[in-house]
Amino acid sequence: MSETVKDTVIRIIAEQAVLDVSDVTPESTLDDLGIDSLGLVECIFAIEEAFDIQVPFNANEPTESDFDISSVAAIIRAVEGLVAEQPA
Amino acid sequence: MKRVVITGAGTINALGHDVPQTWDAMANGRCGIGELNIRDVERLSIRIGGQVRDYDAEDHFNRQQIALYDRFTQFTLLAAKQAIGQSGLKFSGDLAARSGVVLGTSGGGLTTQDENYRVVYEEGKNRVHPFVVPKLMNNAACSHVSMVYNLKGPSFTVATACASSNHAMGQAFQFIRSGMAPVMVTGGSESMLCFGGVKAWEGLRVMSKDACRPFSANRNGMVQGEGAAVFVFEEYEHAKARGADILAEVVGFAMTSDAADIVMPSKHGAARAISGALRDAGLSPEQVGYINAHGTGTAANDKTECAAVADVFGAHADKLMISSTKSMHGHLIGGTGAVELLACLMALRNGVIAPTIGYEEYDPECSLDVVPNEAREAKVDVVLSNAFAFGGLNAVLALRRI
Repeated sequence: MSETVKDTVIRIIAEQAVLDVSDVTPESTLDDLGIDSLGLVECIFAIEEAFDIQVPFNANEPTESDFDISSVAAIIRAVEGLVAEQPA
Repeated sequence: MKRVVITGAGTINALGHDVPQTWDAMANGRCGIGELNIRDVERLSIRIGGQVRDYDAEDHFNRQQIALYDRFTQFTLLAAKQAIGQSGLKFSGDLAARSGVVLGTSGGGLTTQDENYRVVYEEGKNRVHPFVVPKLMNNAACSHVSMVYNLKGPSFTVATACASSNHAMGQAFQFIRSGMAPVMVTGGSESMLCFGGVKAWEGLRVMSKDACRPFSANRNGMVQGEGAAVFVFEEYEHAKARGADILAEVVGFAMTSDAADIVMPSKHGAARAISGALRDAGLSPEQVGYINAHGTGTAANDKTECAAVADVFGAHADKLMISSTKSMHGHLIGGTGAVELLACLMALRNGVIAPTIGYEEYDPECSLDVVPNEAREAKVDVVLSNAFAFGGLNAVLALRRI
């Protein structure tokens, strides 16, 4: 079976945080995982490449973007939403 | 130590094709930022910039010259022509042998690189124009200025990202102050508004899609600009002896490195550069009336810069004026400090403080007099110009009215 959106996002975040996939839980925040602003921009780039989507994110106003980055679960939900909006 | 004065200034940027036009735009808070007119703009998500408008290289240069002059070199030569023309200097003999050119740029001939990568990668051709290398190299502009004006002394190019021009002008200042050179042509240039240049910046996600609003709570990033500004720095006695019109005196310079982060600025590094420039000039903080801010319009820069200014100036921070003219001409990256020095000259010479336009909402983290939206008449005796580069390299100049 192919990787789910959740699995892919967690894999990308774990890789960025240099952690095992099992250490990245949906409740984790990027802060908990030690991912800084530059790491976040790299995660978003990897997510865009993996799903061929455009993530609306501006590093100047991270909390005001439509893309919720408050936790790993929030990021997964946001990516699932963007993937669902993709034309088939 | 010798005293150093400015006896010529020239520019081409989004606000105008010379100094009077640029000062007029700054004094009227006019914005030079608009929709980008470049190849493949539809593939960009950032489509605005401070582009030089109504410009045709063929109006200024012949075919052989254009084959050798990248856009950043063209801008440099046009600005240098105005500056050296204003100074009235002709370089020959000993003056030529000892006078040089130090310029800042970050991308150099980026347009030339972009165009030629297309040729080989996109169009699949296996041959490029023979002058690609001499056209794209970062020192091309410096070398062409030295050739056109017979400047045979210390000459080179400085590349420290957004601080390139300030580092260059600081070097020129020190060469004259030390007695090494009587005259230095200095400043900087940038022409990064090509597809690859904008696309690379997009990647960092720090660019605004609509406007550059430094210090405003609703700011959402930087906007790129392009152009050049060039100045003639001259030893004071040399300038006085020939009755030159002196625009301002350069009195101090300092540079520091944050040694911390490749993109996030540090308050301490910025503060050390500001206080270092004051110390170098023998000035007290209370003497400073205006600061031309680095003021990029990013969340990170503006609050860090305001905190650094507050640290250095204490209670006087609330009395001085600080504005970011990037709101009008955009961020010229390696050329930005040079164009911004024009706002410093306008303050000292004309008593007009350029505004920070696009200012809409108070930000408690940028709680200084940022001269919002409208220029102000004020007599100031001492001004600073800040530049804080990616990579944590900071360079601050101090100028005085004369």
